[in-house]
Formats: sequence, C-alpha cells, structure tokens
Amino acid sequence: MTSVLYDAPGPKAKRRNVIFSVIFFVLLALLLWWIWRVMDEKNQLQWSLWKPFTQSQAWTTYLLPGLANTLKAAGLAMVIALPLGAVLGIARMSDHRWVRIPAGAVVEFFRAIPVLLLMLFANEVYVRYTGISSDDRPLYAVVTGLVLYNASVLAEVVRAGILSLPKGQTEAAQAIGLRKTQTMTSILLPQAVTAMLPAIVSQLVVIVKDTALGGVMLNFTELLNSRATLAANYANVIPSFIVVAIIFIILNFILTSFASWLEGWLRRSKRSTGAVVGVEDVTELNAAEIGGTHGTGAGKGGA
Amino acid sequence: MFDFLSNYDDPSLLGAFWVTVQLTVFSAIGSLIWGTLLAAMRVSPVPLMRGFGTAYVNIVRNIPLTVIIVFTSLGLADIFGVTMGAADDFDVKYFRLAVLGLVAYTAAFVCEAIRSGINTVPVGQAEAARAIGLSFSQVLRLVVLPQAFRSVIGPLANVLIALTKNTTVAATIGVAEAALLMKEMIENEAQVLLIGGIFAFGFVVLTLPTGLFLNWLSKRLAVKR
Amino acid sequence: MKLRKVTAASAAVFALALTATACGGDDGGDSSSSGSGGGKKIKIGIKYDQPGLGLKEPDGSFSGFDVDVARYVAKELGYNEDQIEWVETKSADRENALARGDVKFIAATYSITDERKEKVDFAGPYLLAHQDLLVKKDSDITEATDLNDKKLCSVTGSTSAQNVKKDFAPKAQLTQRGGYSECLSALQSGAVDALTTDDSILAGYAAQDQYKGQFKLAGLKLSNENYGIGVKKGDTETVNKINAALEKMVKDGAWEKAVEENFGPADYKYEPAPKIGQIVQ
Repeated sequence: MTSVLYDAPGPKAKRRNVIFSVIFFVLLALLLWWIWRVMDEKNQLQWSLWKPFTQSQAWTTYLLPGLANTLKAAGLAMVIALPLGAVLGIARMSDHRWVRIPAGAVVEFFRAIPVLLLMLFANEVYVRYTGISSDDRPLYAVVTGLVLYNASVLAEVVRAGILSLPKGQTEAAQAIGLRKTQTMTSILLPQAVTAMLPAIVSQLVVIVKDTALGGVMLNFTELLNSRATLAANYANVIPSFIVVAIIFIILNFILTSFASWLEGWLRRSKRSTGAVVGVEDVTELNAAEIGGTHGTGAGKGGA
Repeated sequence: MFDFLSNYDDPSLLGAFWVTVQLTVFSAIGSLIWGTLLAAMRVSPVPLMRGFGTAYVNIVRNIPLTVIIVFTSLGLADIFGVTMGAADDFDVKYFRLAVLGLVAYTAAFVCEAIRSGINTVPVGQAEAARAIGLSFSQVLRLVVLPQAFRSVIGPLANVLIALTKNTTVAATIGVAEAALLMKEMIENEAQVLLIGGIFAFGFVVLTLPTGLFLNWLSKRLAVKR
Repeated sequence: MKLRKVTAASAAVFALALTATACGGDDGGDSSSSGSGGGKKIKIGIKYDQPGLGLKEPDGSFSGFDVDVARYVAKELGYNEDQIEWVETKSADRENALARGDVKFIAATYSITDERKEKVDFAGPYLLAHQDLLVKKDSDITEATDLNDKKLCSVTGSTSAQNVKKDFAPKAQLTQRGGYSECLSALQSGAVDALTTDDSILAGYAAQDQYKGQFKLAGLKLSNENYGIGVKKGDTETVNKINAALEKMVKDGAWEKAVEENFGPADYKYEPAPKIGQIVQ
C-alpha cells in the first residue's frame, strides 16, 4: 500500500508500526479503564440503573414517543423545506435581478443565523401573536426554525444540482423552442433532483440532530427531553444519556449509509448527464459563497 | 427604542457577544489541534490509530451537539469530576466545559476537512519527493502539507462559520452568551422583532466577514492544477 | 428505465420523510378538538417529573399528590377518571396554558403569588410547603447563610435559587439545570453542595429508591409556598367549584389519605390542610 504520506512499509517500518500500535492500544485501554473505574466508583454501573432499558415500559412510555416526536419534527421540516428550498434556489438563478437578489439575500441571511436563535424567536412570536396551544407550540417553533435554515441550505443544494448539469441540456432545450419555465420544469429539474438526492438525505442527518435543540431550550418533548422524564423516574442520568446517544448514532448512521449508497447507485447507473451532487459537495459549493451547513464540514477537495 | 438594552448589564449585549467570540476562538484553536491529530491518526500507517480516528469521526458526527454539550455538564463534570481547573467558579467552569464539548464535536469536521485536503495532493508528488531522497518529515513539510493546507482553507472556513453559530448551544448549560441573553430578553421585553433583529444582525456581522475573507484567501491560495 | 430509477429514488426519499412524519402523527393530533368547554373531556395541567407530586410512571399512568387532588376535583366537576386528559405544564408555561385555555386548571406545585394573581386566578390553597435545602446526609450545612462559597443547584425558570442568593448567601455559586433529577445526580457525586426548592418536591426525590438514605432536608422553611389550583383569569365559577371540591376533599378525609399515601413513604412532615382562601405569607 502506498499513499501520499508514506511508502509501503518495509521490515523496519513494520516493526515500528507494531510498537506504535502497542503504545496506542495501552493508552486507549488506560483511558477506558479509567472511565470504567470512575463509573463504577460513582455507582453508575449498577444494574438497577441499566435494567429499565431492558424493559418495554421505559421504551413505550418515554423513549419511543420522544423518538417519534424527533422524527416527526425532522420529517415535517424536510417536507416543508424541500419545496421552499427549490423555489428559493431557482429564484436565485432567475434572469430578473429583482427576483435573484432578494432570494439570494434571504438564503444568505438565514444561513448566517444559528438555528437555535431562529427557534427561540419563532417560539416567542407564536406565544405572542398566535393562538397555537402550548401542546403544539414547541413543535411548531422547532419546525419553523429548522425550515427557515434548511430551506436556505437546500436552496443551495438545488442550485448546485442544476448547475451540475451539462450546459448542453439547456442549449438543446432552447434549440427545440422550449421556454425558460419549460426548460426548468421538464428538462433541468427532473435531472437535478436525481443529482441532489444524496445531498438531501444527508441534510436529514443535520435536521435530526438539530431537533435536540428544541428539547433543551423549548421543552419540545423529543428524544433528549423524554430522557429527562425517564431519568426522573429511574434516577439514571448517565445511563439514559448513553442510551439516547446510541439511538441518535444508529438513526443517523442509517441515514448516512443510505445517502452514500444512493450516491454510489446513482453514479453507477447509466444516465445521460452523469452529474451527482455528492453528500459532501454541498459544502464545496458553500466554500465559493459564504456559510456552511450546520453539520457537514468536510469538503470533497478539488476532484 | 433601544432603551431596554440598558436593563441588561450582566451580561450586556456586547458582553454576551464577546463571550460568543471567546467561545468561538478558544474552540477553534482547540478543535484545529485535536482535529489535526485525528486527521494524522486517520492517515497514519498504524491500523489501530486509523480505526480509532474513523470511529471517533463517525460517532461524534452523528450525535447532536446538544447531547455532547449537556453531557459535558451532567457527565464529565458531575460524574467524572472534570472541572477544567475551575471547580469553585461555575461561570468559568461551564464556559470551559462548553469549549471542551465544542472542540470534541468540531474536531471531527476539522479532521475530515484536513484529510480531504491531504487526499487532494496527487500521489505522484509524494512519490517523486521520495524518489529524490527526501525523508518522511521533509516530504510532509516541503511537499504535501503546503499543498494540503491551501486546499483546506475553504472547507475549514465553513467549519469555522458553523462553529460560530454552534456556540449558541452553550446556552443549554447556562453559559451567558448571545443566545441565552436573547432568550432572557424576549421573555421580558415587548419588542420581540427588534430583539430578534439585533441578535440576527450580530451573527451576520460575526459570520459574513469571516466567510468572505477566508473564501477570498482560499481562492487566492488555491493550487492550480 | 432512466425515468423509473429517478422516480424510485425520489419516491424513496419522500417516503422516508413522510414515514417520519406519520410515525408521530397519532399523538397530540386530537389536542385541538377537545377544548376547555363543558364537553366530554377535561384537560388538566400537571408536572410529569416530580415524584410524590406529579410523575409519569413507567406504565404511562400518573401518580402524586397534585394528581390525586386534580382527580378528586375533576370528579367533583363531573368528570370521571377516563375523561381526564393530562397535559404537562412546565413551570414557565403555566400562565400561557391557562390564558389560552389549553387546560381547564393546573395543579402543578403552583404557588399563589401576587405577581401570578395578576395573570391567573387561584383556587385553594390545598397545601402549604416551604422552600428548603436538600443536602447530603453528612453535610454540615444547617443554615441558609452556610451556603456562602458553596455550590447550589436549581432548575431553570425557578426563582427559589435566586431568592437564596439574594437574601441569604450572596456568594453562593449557582448552576441551573433542566430538571431536578439532574441536580440530584450532581448532589450525589458532590459536584454541588445543595439543591433548593420546595420541601415537598425535595422529599419526593430524596425518597426515590436510587437515592434513599443519602440525602436529608435541612428543615429551614425559607419561605411559605401556598399551592393553589390555577384557573383562567376571570373564571370565578370554576374557582368556586374547585374551592368547594377542595373543602369537601379535606372534610371527607380524602385529603388526609392522599397526603399520607404520597408523602408518607418520603417521610415528609407536611403541614395540616390549609383553609381555603387563607394564604400564609
């Protein structure tokens, strides 16, 4: 194996690698042992704290309704943000300056503001100016915050998707006499949607993670918040945290894997344009503008 | 119109944003260091280190930052007794814990940015460098890193901007930064829209110039291939 | 073929989003249909996370003194157990929930104060509690002034900690958590020295299996908290009805039974039943 950084290891390097492995292993083991010991000392490993998670009631009463709310907020936010983002993204590419500039301003504005502030603000506006019941208000506020932010991010995804199509597509459409709207709706968008799918799915991960903000700051009874009610019953703050973290990891891991599988599938499949906006290309695009999605930090590099 | 601002002096509006800036700067430095170390592990020839780096990045990226930040307070501080050298001053303690949480989270993204930067350097460059007899550290120092760093500035700028916005999550453990002050203000004052505007403006001021400058820089330094 | 793949892929994403939406669709959906009018259901606001007062049990049922009082009152108002719809009303949300009519009344450790009386009406009081400190069994904190330079925990939105800081121990370090259980784990591990709120709430937590025998109440009576039942401002009719129900509850011994049942295990020395309308300052 050869890489940018090192050659295929020879006998000496192999020996050195083994030594490094051993040292690193010992360090890791020490760290884990320390964690284990402290948890044991503080009685966090007692079976009585973990036992609730093996019983169905802890799940059906607290965790699953919380998870359902998390998914509900994330799903609603996605369903609303997608068309909104598509409109904003297309508007930003308009030939008319009076459409292009406001759309661009909206997108840049909401990408520059923390989601938490958007949620807090939406919540207070709902308290004062609307009659939404306090049962539903946290959900509305969380979804509003998520929609405003993610519609802006998705607007950029849509734009990237359309820009990724070969120019010939537009030219051919014009050549056969299609109008701008027709070009967009029947030529560009259908192809761009395919190209954008992986990026859209991976944006779901960001949305799922951000719902947790509403749990702590707005009393939205999502997973993290129902953990608190659970911990009030079983007095198991740390174990409940670990379980909730694992649920989030599994959920997001499924989404991430689905996104990469989708990306690979689309790249493999024979299509005329061959354009795919990858999971990580979204930020690549952002690099040329300003901002950055809440979660996806890595760019793909100049491929 | 702005009279109500004088009711808040602990912290004041500027004071709260100053805390936001401090959170950003300290976390940025910390996550750059830890993220670089993680990236080094992920590209190292030692399989165990590679495995650890990969596992760390994939786990941390999939946990909500809120969970991590709240855990620094309820888990690290309460159970593991990590007080960051400020056991008796809660303001300092929770500030430092928030920085720790932000570093742990952001480092995963820094790591990915740097790793992808290293991957942009063509293998031929390194092979050529090795062929003319440069040592490992020379290859790294003279050939690979100078190119990698340039292509990494753009992605890192995005991480920095995301970090600036993410500092608001520190409000969940009571760090007196901008989001917490905004929450307090909109609960007590009548001018919700004005307050929202002020804080939105504050964050636009913080993120917009950073983004523009760093992107200008990354374009200027881009390696033409 | 091409089109099929595109359609399939988009459908997959859309289905994913929709399933997520549909998953949670069954709960909370009917919240708007049953209002506060004299219909079949009654909505009552309680706490979900306070053992002994208002707790959502693992089997989904509710227990605690507030819950028992609310049940009795609801029965007197003509609602059976199965007609009650419990709603979680966190401290900060209580006035709003009443003002908008989301709930008919609230029994959730709701102290009667002059400030709150401007926004809601109160029936009761039905219990007299006091602000107190919960400390470790071997703690040397006996006075509120001992808290200077000590670490104090309370929950967000509660005024009790600020009161202690203002009146007794200005140099105390204060941390605010999302819930009392999070303060308790900090107290248990020694990250904080004391937890402050009403003694009725503290007693319930201290009696939980996990914490039994580890903590004690300092017994300070730092304030008087008259728990009342919050009702929408101006709804005098309901206030009167609830007052009559509370009086009956004390008279027929149900009050005593409820107190004994809920506070007995916690060894909480509750005050005798307060007189309706008599607020202890």
